[in-house]
Amino acid sequence: MSIRVRNLKHIYEKGMPTESLALEDINFDVEDGEFLGIIGHTGSGKSTLLQHLNGLLKPDEGSIIIGDIDITSPGISMVEIRKRIGLVFQYPEYQLFEETVAKDIAFGPKNLGLSEEEIQERVKEAIKLVGLDYDKFAEKSPFELSGGQKRRVAIAGVIAMRPEVLILDEPTAGLDPKAHKDVLAMIEEVHRRTGNITILVSHNMADIARLSDKVLVIDSGRMVTMGTPKEVFSHREELARVGLDLPPVTQLTETLRDRGIDIEETILSVDRAAECIARYLKKKENSRC
Amino acid sequence: MLRDITLGQYFPGKSWVHMLDPRIKIIATLAFIIELFIVDNFIGFLIAGIALGIIIAISKVPVSYIMRGLKPILIILIFTFALNIFMVDGRILWQWKFLKITAEGLEIAIFMAIRLVLLLMGSSMLTLCTRPLALTDGIERLLSPFRKVGLPAHDIAMMMTIALRFIPTLLEEADKIMKAQQARGADFESGGLMKRAKSLIPILVPLFVSAFRIAQDLAMAMEARCYRGGENRTRMHEMKFKKRDYIAMILMAAFLAVIIAESQIL
Repeated sequence: MSIRVRNLKHIYEKGMPTESLALEDINFDVEDGEFLGIIGHTGSGKSTLLQHLNGLLKPDEGSIIIGDIDITSPGISMVEIRKRIGLVFQYPEYQLFEETVAKDIAFGPKNLGLSEEEIQERVKEAIKLVGLDYDKFAEKSPFELSGGQKRRVAIAGVIAMRPEVLILDEPTAGLDPKAHKDVLAMIEEVHRRTGNITILVSHNMADIARLSDKVLVIDSGRMVTMGTPKEVFSHREELARVGLDLPPVTQLTETLRDRGIDIEETILSVDRAAECIARYLKKKENSRC
Repeated sequence: MLRDITLGQYFPGKSWVHMLDPRIKIIATLAFIIELFIVDNFIGFLIAGIALGIIIAISKVPVSYIMRGLKPILIILIFTFALNIFMVDGRILWQWKFLKITAEGLEIAIFMAIRLVLLLMGSSMLTLCTRPLALTDGIERLLSPFRKVGLPAHDIAMMMTIALRFIPTLLEEADKIMKAQQARGADFESGGLMKRAKSLIPILVPLFVSAFRIAQDLAMAMEARCYRGGENRTRMHEMKFKKRDYIAMILMAAFLAVIIAESQIL
């Protein structure tokens, strides 16, 4: 399964006096099993792009080919698209509506027309995958859970559809540090276990740098750059121009480099930074003796 | 898709009609409606129609825009027209089995149709040329004399203001929830009536939850800014009658006099 996006263009309210260009000239590929990070500041077109990948919005031009089907071609069945691509919206806990957690998670699989046993099996698996205890949570009302738990249940609702591509739009927005960490670890775990494509939109550069195989930078509806985290975050000025920062640890090491301290370029992890700085200090000490 | 709905349908403009004091516009609209019921002949409608035409011309609101607002009541219009035309006894013009059209029936049907159209065009001019917030302010001021008999004028106006303010917010919320449920494979378009009504549950439940959350946040924010209802509350934009408001008042009185005189003479 791979994703090929070609010349994607979308205009909001086409033909109205208020029409505005939302996306233009979007071209990228995601290969099987890859983890794609998308960054861009608020209003850059990230969410619009995600909604295209799931068929909720139709492009005005261009095509999106997922696996062997072009989801932008007319007459394509929506169920077919949604079986393959799971989209978790921002603040997904606001879409919970059922009496119990289990019933809510079963909503998606039920819409796919699966058998009752299959649904139950998937619900159990999804609850386990998001790190909750089935026996404890299945019969609870989703409205009496904590914020982080609600979000896990909502994500489980999409995972239970067993999509081949999982897209998450800022899954950690508004969570406390502990829940943030847990939800990310859970996403990492799901990605590792299923081996499917995962697409993550986030404002947290450290998360993006750590998790992604590839990073896509988007600004004012256009692609700025795409590459490995190392490539993307080495373009400090370009990122600053579109209002994005480096991960905190990279900010530190780059500032050190600016001051003439000779360490590796574009360090993305704290461990690596610590190692390099220690090596640098040792070298300095040795040279002093 | 839901965002395309325009409610209150204010048509932005800077005309004389737009700038009138909302109180004058509300009273004038009420007066116009009353006048339409005083009128008992076609000449009266002609006068009212000309007056309305002049107001529309001054306001620079396109007639096609006003007509679009009439569409939803077209069914009511046809229904009353049909009722009147077939139900009134008198000189028979045309007959088919039990259906008959009489001269009197035809006259009453046309008379009622004109009255309805003028009524709706007249009252839609009020919402087209007045910002929703100005309108609720105007209502508050007009109702304030009734406070003495226990009418909570300020609270009523505040409720209307909040309702108007949150219509777009809730529409946006509904749009988001709909998309989220569609992403989970929900289908709102196919199936019979029962299935479709049932498919609304995944939208309505989260929407209500959202509405309560918004209401709670808003209440908290108002409380934090020491909102205590209308007692001793001052406002940034005091409503004051200007010269054009007095002119409008005089014209309104003159128009009322003409209509009453006309209905008495003819």
